[in-house]
Amino acid sequence: MSEEKYIPKSKLGQWFDSRLPLLTLSHHLQSYPTPKNLNYWWTFGGILTFCLITQIVTGLVLAMHYVAHVDHAFESIEHIMRDVNYGWLIRYVHANGASMFFLAVYIHIFRSLFYGSYKAPREVIWIIGLLIYILMMATAFMGYVLPWGQMSFWGATVITNLFSAIPFVGESITTWLWGGYSVDNPTLNRFYSLHYLLPFLTCGLVVLHIWALHVPGNNNPIGIDVKKNSNETMPFHPYMVMKDLLALLLFITVFLWFVFFAPNVLGHPDNYIEANPLVTPAHIVPEWYLLPFYAILRAIPSKLGGVIFMFSAIFILMLLPWLDTSKVRSAIFRPIYKKFFWTLVFVVILLGYLGAKPPEGIYLILSRLATAYYFIHFLLVLPLLGRYEKTDPLPQSISDPVLDKPDMLDKFKKAAAEYEGENVGSFK
Amino acid sequence: MLDHLSKFINNFIIIFFLSVVPFAVFSEEKNINFIETNWSFDSLFGTFDRASLQRGYQVYQEVCSGCHSVQHLSYRNLSEKGGPEFSIEEAKAIASQFEVEDGPNSDGEMFLRSARLSDKFVKPYPNVQASTAANGGAYPPDMSVLAKARTGGADYIHSLLLGYEEAPAGFELDDGVYYNKYMPGNKIKMSEPISDGIVEYTDGTEASKEQISKDITTFLVWASEPH
Repeated sequence: MSEEKYIPKSKLGQWFDSRLPLLTLSHHLQSYPTPKNLNYWWTFGGILTFCLITQIVTGLVLAMHYVAHVDHAFESIEHIMRDVNYGWLIRYVHANGASMFFLAVYIHIFRSLFYGSYKAPREVIWIIGLLIYILMMATAFMGYVLPWGQMSFWGATVITNLFSAIPFVGESITTWLWGGYSVDNPTLNRFYSLHYLLPFLTCGLVVLHIWALHVPGNNNPIGIDVKKNSNETMPFHPYMVMKDLLALLLFITVFLWFVFFAPNVLGHPDNYIEANPLVTPAHIVPEWYLLPFYAILRAIPSKLGGVIFMFSAIFILMLLPWLDTSKVRSAIFRPIYKKFFWTLVFVVILLGYLGAKPPEGIYLILSRLATAYYFIHFLLVLPLLGRYEKTDPLPQSISDPVLDKPDMLDKFKKAAAEYEGENVGSFK
Repeated sequence: MLDHLSKFINNFIIIFFLSVVPFAVFSEEKNINFIETNWSFDSLFGTFDRASLQRGYQVYQEVCSGCHSVQHLSYRNLSEKGGPEFSIEEAKAIASQFEVEDGPNSDGEMFLRSARLSDKFVKPYPNVQASTAANGGAYPPDMSVLAKARTGGADYIHSLLLGYEEAPAGFELDDGVYYNKYMPGNKIKMSEPISDGIVEYTDGTEASKEQISKDITTFLVWASEPH
């Protein structure tokens, strides 16, 4: 499947394309060569694009009915739920859509960690991806503030207060962020403005993410380089498009189950109580997708330390392509890394669980251990593994693991014979 | 290809359960055991029991509405499909029993008129402060989304209404504070609101305490999402 220079068929097409090569771009997107061994973990890129579009479209409609004012925000949400046609559906798709977006992005990130997709020559794709993830967290956090429920208000208070830990200028920065001396109407207004802006920045980064992907092409489960213009690749359309669509349908099924049957299960009941600066909820917890970082924040005994560790936990991932010194990409051929990978998955989920618990007793001890392990994994285990791990031999081609199975050739011959038997005339 | 898909789904399910089950198991541990009820609206194909919703509205009107508002509910909701399904005439008649302030008119004066279907439920107090002051310093929460704003939802409300007991020996209670088994902290400022026969149902249903509690709970669950 080669990607030869594309020339539009029609004269008009040629005229236009030589001035703005949109047709060439469209042709490239369709014929973009993808490794033929991509498994279903690779479908989450497409799923994430769907999530982003869903959030923007539903968000646009919500913005038409929402009122960003402390006296009216909570009421306007109920107005959307009760008076706007299908407002309840649009809002629940948007709110649960955020959770599904994060579910997909975590799978996407751990896919990358397992198959070593962040390694050369794909470091820039990885870093742009992380920037998208950071933007997503900022957007989701500010979006959660907009309904102006108790968790909105107190979540915003806790998170913005983190900046006051910065020495000397912390207090001033917090006041500047708030637009006053506490979380109040100016804070709500700017959060709304930014919540509207950031998704479009995310869109821009997504374009760069995909662009950077299309330079070296996809990694694949085997993790070895694919010869681009060979029978190891297939055009993106229709092969990957169809595979992505099937996965997307399954994903949407789960998504809609939440929307229709458990729309509030991922949220906190307290957010249906209007914000009240005089009453602090018993436990202030962020949304589930931020819990691992919340656990790290609270595991450190000092406020500044906690903030530093929490942000480091994200930014350390930026250095991952250089911290992981192993030349082998896929964990399939890295027996020891594979064990560490699953340990990391477990530790991150554990951190998420601990983030939802009060920071005391066994929970605090566990979150300290898990936090320590998180950093040890990236700073110690990965650099050393690259040097000392004995990896399994890599195949010559991505086809080898399939064709090398002893009975595979027989199976193939049998299938071919059967096919020929039925359609001798047309096959020959 | 289907091979790959089923392998992927298997892996996915395993990972999903490994990550979700611990949460489910551990988050159960601290929950108080609410009274278990088979709600007609539970489960995938559940619907609201119309008669119960109509009785629930009666309970709200006769018992709760003296202190609690449901300010996000509209009178029109009472006649809409999926709700208590009063006829439009009935809903109009219900609305017309209440007065709302409208205006200003062409003379610049605010005036009172009887409520219409499009009006929201009239509140017992003009604002939170008035409501708090009139109720011994405790704000009777607006009940529009109460069923969504409490852990346990319907089970919590139903249990709370039936959870009034004598305080155990040694449990200190101030004046105007009552003991409730299901209230977080066991102290509640609302006196026991319902008792056997406190309302008289027009459809002949026996107005036991449990029945009343069930009906008002059903009404509040519907009121939290009347669509």
